Amino acid sequence: MANNSTIAVKFEKISRYFGEIKAVENLSFSVKEGEFFSMLGPSGSGKTTCLRLIAGFEIPDSGNLYIHNREISNTPPYDRDVNTVFQSYALFPHMSVEENITYCLMLKKIKKRECLKKAEEMLELVQLPGLGNRKPSELSGGQRQRVALARALINHPSVLLLDEPLGALDLKLREKMQIELKDLQRKIGITFIYVTHDQQEALSMSDRIAVFNNGQIEQIGTTKEIYETPRTLFVADFVGSSNVIHGKLSEQIFDKNASFTIRPERIRILPLSEETPSNQEICISGKVTDIQYQGANFKYMVLLDGQNEIAVQQQNLRPNTKDLFQPKIGQEVRLVWNRLDSNEVIL
Amino acid sequence: MTRRISTFLYMNPNLFLLLLLGPILIWLGVVYVGSLFSLLLQSFFSIDEFTGLIVKEFTLKTYISLFSPSNFDIIIRTTSMAFVVTIVSAVIAFPIAFYMAMYTSKKTKAIFYVAVMVPLWSSYLVRVYSWKLILAKEGILNWLLELLHIDWLLDLVLHIPVIGGGTLSTSYIGTMIVFVYIWLPFMILPIQAALEKVPTSLLDASADLGAKNQQTFWLIIFPLTLPGIVAGSIFTFSLTLGDYIIPGIIGSSRFFIGQAVYIHQGTAGNIPLAAAFSVVPIIIMGIYLYIAKKMGAFEAL
Repeated sequence: MANNSTIAVKFEKISRYFGEIKAVENLSFSVKEGEFFSMLGPSGSGKTTCLRLIAGFEIPDSGNLYIHNREISNTPPYDRDVNTVFQSYALFPHMSVEENITYCLMLKKIKKRECLKKAEEMLELVQLPGLGNRKPSELSGGQRQRVALARALINHPSVLLLDEPLGALDLKLREKMQIELKDLQRKIGITFIYVTHDQQEALSMSDRIAVFNNGQIEQIGTTKEIYETPRTLFVADFVGSSNVIHGKLSEQIFDKNASFTIRPERIRILPLSEETPSNQEICISGKVTDIQYQGANFKYMVLLDGQNEIAVQQQNLRPNTKDLFQPKIGQEVRLVWNRLDSNEVIL
Repeated sequence: MTRRISTFLYMNPNLFLLLLLGPILIWLGVVYVGSLFSLLLQSFFSIDEFTGLIVKEFTLKTYISLFSPSNFDIIIRTTSMAFVVTIVSAVIAFPIAFYMAMYTSKKTKAIFYVAVMVPLWSSYLVRVYSWKLILAKEGILNWLLELLHIDWLLDLVLHIPVIGGGTLSTSYIGTMIVFVYIWLPFMILPIQAALEKVPTSLLDASADLGAKNQQTFWLIIFPLTLPGIVAGSIFTFSLTLGDYIIPGIIGSSRFFIGQAVYIHQGTAGNIPLAAAFSVVPIIIMGIYLYIAKKMGAFEAL
């Protein structure tokens, strides 16, 4: 297992512009050896540019980029110890699966017999044994994805870059591949840098996440930190969903004019009563305006003071469960949550 | 009424298709394939050498006469010229197409398109005669070379046996230059289209896996654009095989297939031989495409 304290990739004040557009500006962060690191953000946020900078398809306009303490911002892609799984897989259509996988070995003039053996091993690893003679066009999306993975891993790169590799797959297959990818990463122990715009995907696979917005990193941290203590409103909103409390309401609840977020699943919805809440708890009353049935959950919209609406998520439990309260539209209710669950954010 | 007709056609899509395609299929079948067939038929007749009349009896005599030294020379000459013209066109066209497809902005690409297409809009004859002026002994090219004191280089080239000659405009080299010039757009455009279709992610992937630019070119770009090169070469090859104007104006005044066809069906009145001559390019193209397919030129299509 790789040593967690060493740095695999390091960005030092990196900027990259495309004409007038700043794709990435003055960016500094580092990725630890052996971790599953996700770059999460909406399209155009700079995450893919970062990946392309690491791969060498883009050259930074300023700043330094290190892979294993070696400055490589001007090293061409073919001299970097990283490999990429592309969004569209980028398999060579005129070559068989085997030729695709052994492309980099062939460039190194490794003997045909050895190539075939390695290709078979890699196909085994990605669970596609015996498909070596097919053409990429004869494979399904999921199979192509695995071939792309095998091709990127055969050279034992120190860092594997993945550019939204599951984007083109359907939901079920995507969830299956998420588990497989994570297993694979644990098994081979190399650094994975994963670009995605799907927050669920980032949360379920990563050790750490960097949330990108407008060519900047909004927050970088473990999945738990990102989800439970978002630093900015953007992060709170982009990763999962959040209720935002600010202005007058925040003064009323928190005695402070700032912005606070609270996750819908951390709020309990209770009937009106005289019961005073504990010091640790925040309690506020409102009126249910909308109920959404979402299968596993109910989502209630509760209007607080005539303008602020708060979403509350309640698990869809058995109707006769003890203490279960399921209000109707128009009913007055109390919302209760722990003080620790609300989190101050900057805008 | 019109509404009822359109409803009827909508409900019977096959009939609709037949109505749309019918006239075209009849044209293609009768006028196009039919005349080709009658051409083929003519080539199996022969001419009575004594009376000069066509004998409408099946014979291979006309085809055999294609192999007489003078006729076979024409076939070899034309085929070699078509071959050289194709190679030279491809070599010149590829870098232009590559630049157009990979490195130009929208605007420069439009300029390139116009530059490639404009020659096609002006008269073919005018362009060929202009080349005669350019390549002639007193032409602009000689003048320029003399000015640069490198006319000895041209003399050296013109002293090469067979392809050389008195001047560029009376040598095979001249014929080749003009052929290449005239057919070049037909080579550039298919190659450019094929290059446009190569996703840049494939080039990234190749570099990512350790290929230097030259390796990426030969292992990825070239195989993927081969169908475009073959498409272009079909144009240059077959157009050269059939052309009778350029070798008549520029070159050594020895016959090419096109001229042979022209002479035999016109002044000589030997339509069977003319027909047999025109079957030759069809057969050569057939062989050419067969070889191209065998070599895997269409696998990336």
